[in-house]
Amino acid sequence: MSSDNPTYTLSEVMRARFDREVAKYPADQRQSAVMACLSIVQQEEGWVSAAAEKAVSTYLGMAPIAVAEVTTFYNMYNQKPLGKFKLSVCTNLPCQLRSGQQALEHLCSQLCVQEGGTSADGLFTVQKTECLGACADAPVMLVNDRQMVSFMSNDRLDALVDQLRKGA
Amino acid sequence: MIAMRQMLDLSRFQAKGRETCFHGRHIQPQIYSELNGSNWSLKDYQARGGYAALRKILGRDGGQGMTPEAVIADVKLSSLRGRGGAGFPTGLKWSFMPRQFPAQKYLVCNSDEGEPGTCKDRDILMYNPHAVIEGMTIAAYAMGITVGYNYIHGEIFEVYERFEAALQEARAAGFLGAHIMGSDTSFELHAHHGFGAYICGEETALLESLEGKKGQPRFKPPFPASFGLYGKPTTINNTETFAAVPWIIRNGGQAYLEVGKHNNGGTKIFSVVGDVNAPGNFEVPMGTPFSKLLELAGGVKGGVLKAVIPGGSSAPVLPAHIMRDITMDYDAIAKAGSMLGSGAVIVMNDTRCMVKSLLRLSYFYQHESCGQCTPCREGTGWLWRMVDRIEKGQGRMEDLELLNSVADNIQGRTICALGDAAAMPVRAMIKHFRNEFVHHIEHKTCMVPAYV
Repeated sequence: MSSDNPTYTLSEVMRARFDREVAKYPADQRQSAVMACLSIVQQEEGWVSAAAEKAVSTYLGMAPIAVAEVTTFYNMYNQKPLGKFKLSVCTNLPCQLRSGQQALEHLCSQLCVQEGGTSADGLFTVQKTECLGACADAPVMLVNDRQMVSFMSNDRLDALVDQLRKGA
Repeated sequence: MIAMRQMLDLSRFQAKGRETCFHGRHIQPQIYSELNGSNWSLKDYQARGGYAALRKILGRDGGQGMTPEAVIADVKLSSLRGRGGAGFPTGLKWSFMPRQFPAQKYLVCNSDEGEPGTCKDRDILMYNPHAVIEGMTIAAYAMGITVGYNYIHGEIFEVYERFEAALQEARAAGFLGAHIMGSDTSFELHAHHGFGAYICGEETALLESLEGKKGQPRFKPPFPASFGLYGKPTTINNTETFAAVPWIIRNGGQAYLEVGKHNNGGTKIFSVVGDVNAPGNFEVPMGTPFSKLLELAGGVKGGVLKAVIPGGSSAPVLPAHIMRDITMDYDAIAKAGSMLGSGAVIVMNDTRCMVKSLLRLSYFYQHESCGQCTPCREGTGWLWRMVDRIEKGQGRMEDLELLNSVADNIQGRTICALGDAAAMPVRAMIKHFRNEFVHHIEHKTCMVPAYV
């Protein structure tokens, strides 16, 4: 994986996506695009490495430490490689009242992982998360940050895992 | 470089809005009116009267147009209050903006909807995004602002993408950009996403985050109206607040006020969640009785009503006997000792252990404290650890006073309201359900048989 290299080269596709984000902000405020750029890196690489942070910092004209502050402050950035599918299950109180915690435990038990862990085949990382802002959909979870799945009864969780496995 | 990660089609697992929004159990809806999930686009929005308010103020409907002062006066008359949590009068907030300020000013929409229990803005942005765009454009005109941002919760990425698609439509049709509908008014609007930080719902943390930094709140004053985004005058409103504006302009502030009650104009979207048979969003007139709202959500599930957190997890819990007689508006809920907040109504039945419920909330606040202020950073961890030991049967009777004391030493002593939000649930739980905490300490177990 290219992000293991000490230097990380941004592809043309990534630069084009970065540019679309940078264009939203005043010319002297490129830093505003850092959250979007890091999430693009994560979508493509699965995580944000120190080398990728450095590349983003150069691109946006920020100090590398300022990028690292963002990566470490916001919960959704992965600071290490995870499974191919990150499953983030909300267990906050409104979800807990509607079996959010059981959904988390069911996934952990089906995939033989501890909360926060990755399955032996490297396919799934299961973690609990704070409020997704979808409390009426509980049990509710995210697949790789960008797709939300709702009303996840045990049967639907099993079907989801099956589909992800087949698509892997 | 490896190829971009393929997005699988997970549509059969995704919410389509039937349960939460298109259930037909709203009362006099304005924002959610006539929505079905497939009519979010510009042409559908226009077919149901969309962008008529913008035409009206710009005089592009054959009329005289409205001056910015007249727009603000109408919003003041409507008694619209901020739907994000604080309930501040919107027209008054708009009048604070230094309209004649000679440099750039900004308009920001707070769609960082992460207050536990709340999911109303998600359905607005997903199924009626143009209402927010039109409301923001009207606000921009009223305050002489030319650039805006909508900061959207990173956890609802598909909603962010939907909003971006709606922005494209509005730009292409001339409702956004330079010289809107050929007028002298220009407004450019962009979407920005968060990536998992509850604190960014606090308006100054949100501004820091928009600037590409850690979301740590700023000391106030100066308020955003004088020193906001990039240090420039900025007005920030919640998604639902902006979405209410087109209706007000089309029908008049007086009509909006009359839908609700005195000092509490219009409709409000409540997210009714937890122990109810049909959780979802319900748009109802301000002042609707709680009992009616509960009925819309299918009634209590799995037992009888025990307690309700009426305004998102930061609001003090109220026991059933108080809730049963309450109406859902800012003033009535405040009088009962809680707050309307974001409009998230978390319902709990009589099988729920209040110690365990508080434990989950206390964990959340210590997890999401930004770490900037010592009373919050240290105090939220202290609260969580004490509730945890009570829950585990290792509590001491003096812990109850200590919990109140720690809460007292957080509340009012921090830069932002997260400290208060962590302290208030603790105090209210101990106030109303002290016997359950005492039982846990004395018997090392719950009063109720089992928790979920």
